[in-house]
Amino acid sequence: MNQVGWDALAVSTLLVFIAVALSWWRNLGLARSILWAATRALVQLTAIGLLLQIILNPGVSIWWGWLWVAIMILIAAITIRWRTPNVPGTFGLSLAALTGTAALTLGVLFGLGVFPLDLRSLISLSGLMIGNSMAVSVLVGRRIVDELSDKRDEVEARLALGASSAQAAQPYLRSSLRTALIPQIETTKVVGLIALPGAMTGLILAGVDPLDAVRVQTAVMYLVLGSVTTTATILALGIRRQLFSADHRLTAPRRES
Amino acid sequence: MLLTFDQVSLGGDQSHRLANATGEISDRGITALVGPSGAGKSTLLRLANRLEVPDSGTVQFRGHDINTLDPLALRRRVAMVFQRPTPFPGSVMENLCVGDPELNETQAVTLLERVGLAADLLTRDALLLSGGEAQRVCLARALATNPEVVLMDEPTSSLDPAARTDLEKLARSLANSGIPIVWVTHDIAQMQRIADYVLVMIDGAIAHSANATDLEANSSLPVRDFLAGKKL
Repeated sequence: MNQVGWDALAVSTLLVFIAVALSWWRNLGLARSILWAATRALVQLTAIGLLLQIILNPGVSIWWGWLWVAIMILIAAITIRWRTPNVPGTFGLSLAALTGTAALTLGVLFGLGVFPLDLRSLISLSGLMIGNSMAVSVLVGRRIVDELSDKRDEVEARLALGASSAQAAQPYLRSSLRTALIPQIETTKVVGLIALPGAMTGLILAGVDPLDAVRVQTAVMYLVLGSVTTTATILALGIRRQLFSADHRLTAPRRES
Repeated sequence: MLLTFDQVSLGGDQSHRLANATGEISDRGITALVGPSGAGKSTLLRLANRLEVPDSGTVQFRGHDINTLDPLALRRRVAMVFQRPTPFPGSVMENLCVGDPELNETQAVTLLERVGLAADLLTRDALLLSGGEAQRVCLARALATNPEVVLMDEPTSSLDPAARTDLEKLARSLANSGIPIVWVTHDIAQMQRIADYVLVMIDGAIAHSANATDLEANSSLPVRDFLAGKKL
């Protein structure tokens, strides 16, 4: 199995310095951000690696893994709330959406025996699932509020014609979900043609047979596709309910024209 | 009476404020709802279509408190046309079908003729229409719900003078055909051209209501100032 030692890792920072040098040379003003990002990545990944080293020891109960998943969901929900300040009730909604998605997707993967239920699989797969779902959730949340606020006149014209809030919001929910999900679908379409995905690259570098790596990667991509779509849809429907009253009035924030 | 407002108040920012608004709207002809900007005219209209609900007081439609009516059914009986034309993406036919999903082509052509538009507009992209055409399509779309009244919230404010005149004539023909119109405007000349009845709103209240022919009788000083074109 290939291994990257600390000395080899130190050599790889040469690439970061090339990026910094380019930023200085072209006066991009990104040198500080690049250094900060590289340092953060190193510190965060090392910290998480040390923690995983403890948790992934044989004999550690699977319940620690479920606790890990719960904490990740909580942190993701807080992050979504923090990144979508104009969207009402996103903390509770994202908590519900991520929990529902985790139950569904992990239920399929482990319940139907796609992956063995052990700490290693549970933590890495749920991390992928939650991380990707979080990014899409932030996008969906912002888009829906923007769409319904920007097109308020149109939405109210639909309501005034006797449309229910679900009917009136449908075109804007559809557009928001499509905008948020299409990049993920496009990535899935071109995988392998343009770039090798990270997990598969990691497996191949670690010495795993390429076809074994392909099967794992494909299952992982299906997990990501299924989970981001499920989370985004649950969240979108939840946000829609927050932005209309029970008697089908639009209560989304009014934009200054 | 078609619509009755009884001690209706609504908070919110200044331009959406009503303070004990009380008055009635006739179920015949064109009622002009006039007043200076921010007087609460549009808010009163939105209450009748239940896009807003009052903090206190009651709004009645044909004698029934509208809070007790199904909002979706009420909105189909009380149609509304907004200040800016709001065509939906898609063809004119698709727009009309939002008003009535069961609409066939013959009925759609009849609706277009009712608002003075040619049948060949049906297949046109609604977002590419002129302002006047788009506003007429919005009116036709509202008529597709077969309403008992049409509320029009400053419907000519974004139109050119020719399109404005056409829409005023259209409102008159609808009123003559038995569909009462409630028309919001702050334009005194327009009110004089179109109104059978007038409600004057000042500072969130209905300050005066009268037939258009004897408008100033028994009116207060602020109402007379507004009708005389003085800035309040």
